[in-house]
Amino acid sequence: MINEQKKKRLRRSMMFLNGQKPSLIKDPYIYKADSLMFDLEDAVAVTAKDTARFSLFHALTTIDYRGAERVVRINGLDSDLWKEDIRCVVAADAELIRIPKCENKEMVQEVEAEVAKAEKEFGKEEGSVLIMAALESAKGVLNAYEVCTASPRMIGIALSGGDYTKDLQTRITGTGVELMGGRQQMIIAARAAGVQCFDTVWTDLDNMEGFRRDVQMIHDMGFDGKSCINPRQIDIVHEIFTPVKKDIIFAEKVIREIDTKKAQGIGVFTVDGKMIDIAFYDGAKRTIMMAKAAGVYEGDL
Amino acid sequence: MKNAVGREIPEEILKLTGKDVYRGSHYFDGKEFKKDGPVTKPVINSNGSKLVDSIHDVLVKCGIKDGMRLGFHHHFRTGDKVLNMVMEEVHKMGIKNITLCASSLGKQNDPILPMIEDGTITNIESSGVRGSIGTAISEGKLQGLAIMRSHGGRVRAIETGEAHVDISFIGAPTSDEYGNLNANGGKANCGVLSYSAVDAQFADKVVAVTDTLVPFPNLPAQITQTYVDYVVVVDQIGDPSKIATGAAKPTTDQRKLLMAKYCTDFVVQTPYFKEGFSYQTGVGGASIASTLYLAEIMREKNIHMGFGVGGIAKPMCDLLDEGLIYKLVDTQDFDEPSIENIQRNPNHFYITGGEYANPFNKGAYVNKLDFVILAALEVDTHFNCNVVVGSDGVITGAQGGHPDTAAGAKCTIVIAPIMQGRMPTICSDVTTVTTPGEDVDVVVTDYGIAINPRRQDLIEATKDAKLPLKTIEELRDIAYSITGEPERVQFSDRVVGIIEARDGTIMDVVRQIKDFEFKDE
Amino acid sequence: MEIKKPAVAGTLESSDCQVVVEPGEGKIEFSLDSTVIHQFGNQIRKVTFETLDRLGIDNVKISIVDKGALDCTIKARIEGAVFRSVDQYENLPWGGAIK
Repeated sequence: MINEQKKKRLRRSMMFLNGQKPSLIKDPYIYKADSLMFDLEDAVAVTAKDTARFSLFHALTTIDYRGAERVVRINGLDSDLWKEDIRCVVAADAELIRIPKCENKEMVQEVEAEVAKAEKEFGKEEGSVLIMAALESAKGVLNAYEVCTASPRMIGIALSGGDYTKDLQTRITGTGVELMGGRQQMIIAARAAGVQCFDTVWTDLDNMEGFRRDVQMIHDMGFDGKSCINPRQIDIVHEIFTPVKKDIIFAEKVIREIDTKKAQGIGVFTVDGKMIDIAFYDGAKRTIMMAKAAGVYEGDL
Repeated sequence: MKNAVGREIPEEILKLTGKDVYRGSHYFDGKEFKKDGPVTKPVINSNGSKLVDSIHDVLVKCGIKDGMRLGFHHHFRTGDKVLNMVMEEVHKMGIKNITLCASSLGKQNDPILPMIEDGTITNIESSGVRGSIGTAISEGKLQGLAIMRSHGGRVRAIETGEAHVDISFIGAPTSDEYGNLNANGGKANCGVLSYSAVDAQFADKVVAVTDTLVPFPNLPAQITQTYVDYVVVVDQIGDPSKIATGAAKPTTDQRKLLMAKYCTDFVVQTPYFKEGFSYQTGVGGASIASTLYLAEIMREKNIHMGFGVGGIAKPMCDLLDEGLIYKLVDTQDFDEPSIENIQRNPNHFYITGGEYANPFNKGAYVNKLDFVILAALEVDTHFNCNVVVGSDGVITGAQGGHPDTAAGAKCTIVIAPIMQGRMPTICSDVTTVTTPGEDVDVVVTDYGIAINPRRQDLIEATKDAKLPLKTIEELRDIAYSITGEPERVQFSDRVVGIIEARDGTIMDVVRQIKDFEFKDE
Repeated sequence: MEIKKPAVAGTLESSDCQVVVEPGEGKIEFSLDSTVIHQFGNQIRKVTFETLDRLGIDNVKISIVDKGALDCTIKARIEGAVFRSVDQYENLPWGGAIK
């Protein structure tokens, strides 16, 4: 069974960790990222692909990551590594697998089949491991909607800006102009499919102001979170993804109003004297969830 | 005999040293004693110069002989050339059984290693030892004992006569021919000569060693002509690039920043954080970062630091220049900007090591501290700290002002990650106690903050502040749950060093290391 | 399992360890160099023998240079070296002999 609650969990920040470095996978939860993404792909040298799996397996089965979601980026489907990656990761009870360089629904389904096979092999409940896909090419971005809807295990898509801009024959400029269309396309596709959407990493660690602007922009576009490469980016992401007091109060009112009126069988809702639509409900729930995650919610909802 | 921190001090060590066991941080408060005094050779003639041609000649003039205690300062840090230069000459002269009484020793002093092995140096008294001398002591190569004294403790030991210095060599960035010394204006500047002040006043013979002779009178002088017997000019007293580094870049290590943030969040919740508060911090990444965070809050709330103390680095100088700190009192400079600052900013003051930290004078600056931010190699569930002995049992650090400031400050905060590699920093019992838990109020780690249960007032003051508060036992348990429970270092029986409390009693002993042996299966 | 050829896994970075396995002479020959040998030497030996036992290895020369690795890393490096020595990179016994 696929756990819908798990699919929709909060993922404001997803921190990349090199799966072969014991010093990095030891206790990264102290930085409080919502998700930790253990990398078996680009960060791991070709000569360490095999040994990284053992490290990852024991880290995932031994270390208490204190509530952070454990995501693993497997090697690409063009490699001879990804199937064994999946066996390792499923056996180790990771929550989520990230497919790199995903371009179409067939790739998602190939992974899905291997995951299901591994779940069976290792006696895991079918559907326990979720999937997300990184779009790293023009084709991938164009096929965003079919990727999003390729499997019930899909929780969302993430943009990988480096490869994507190369494919566009441009580069990361820092202004975001080169990513504009891709980001817009992805968020629309993700929302249409009812899954989440994550933005690419920001690599210029010396330019924290630029990072902040970037995060603010993708937040305003509707993204669910940002991939991070350094722990010091996490606080900024969380700050921007933390609802302000005014929004929290409004969300509380919306939820109370709709819950009470529905219980009374009334279908017209008003908050602060204004009519509101039932469509406000999910957004309000999300606002409260975000506020709780950020530790700023003191109400009782 | 067990002391007040529960450490067993062997009878033979008490007998050998004539020392008492540590009985508590304030045991000697108000107890009277008579100070020691130096043998003094007056200069009544008007011949004008105290210049002597060479280190060799000055050793002869001072009557160097076997068994003497020689004093040195460590203001030139890893760039120091004076100690090695003097000891080389002592060695050449065939002198034996020297007690080295240095304010600290480091890896720059590695060249004296053969002198420990051949009995030229048989006793070492220092704040601590880094580098291969520490290893040599731990391996039992020193014939006598190494005594680790805090900065304040050294001043006390010399003033009480417990460590009567026969000859002290003061590396001086500038001197005139009559022995007025300054730490600035020469080729190898160090900002202050604080730790030498006691040597100047209490050593029988005081020798200034300089590479920059300036016209008389060299004013202002940090150490004056009335204390100095001889002046020797040499080619180079220190390597400036190693004395003071460039300003350290603020840390970007998120773990340190996290601890710094916790530390600042705690500091601002205490009743001591108010207009005119006083503060000392170290130069580690987390300490500096916490100072920078604190400065933001000081600006925001318009709170000023009355005075800052201690080893000084650029961040504190910047805050002084900005007007957020009213006065800096300085015993050591860690970087070029602070050496430059003390010469330029009239609110940046030189103080002596005694004024800073000596427990046996009529009140040291540390007693007036509100906060001190410290680091430690290990902290145990009794809040005892170890800053001297490494995880392999080898002497590898220095007490510095750690026990002095901890004893003096109203709120002593130790910042340490919960583990270093696989070593749990927060543990059940530190390998060696250097600072007693009664003087440590708060431990800030990457996993949360523990307040010493003795400080119910601090627990009360911070309980509603949403700080990640934990008990020290909880922090230890988290550490052990990750690393496993450590076994204790295996030592041999022989005591090679003692950790002297600042009042001269014995806090702990350091034993000779031995090779690890596996338990039988 | 039988160690077929010498193999190495791991690095000398902090919190890691490097494990070398070689064909043995009829028994387990264990050597350890660790930055935390006093605190964890016995524990590291225990983990090593348990890991080898799970893998069914009783004939090996194993030497570990440890830079403060946690038990989970020590296990991983031993398994890494062992499976390299037999050239097995697929169909690994996750959750079985690897535990």
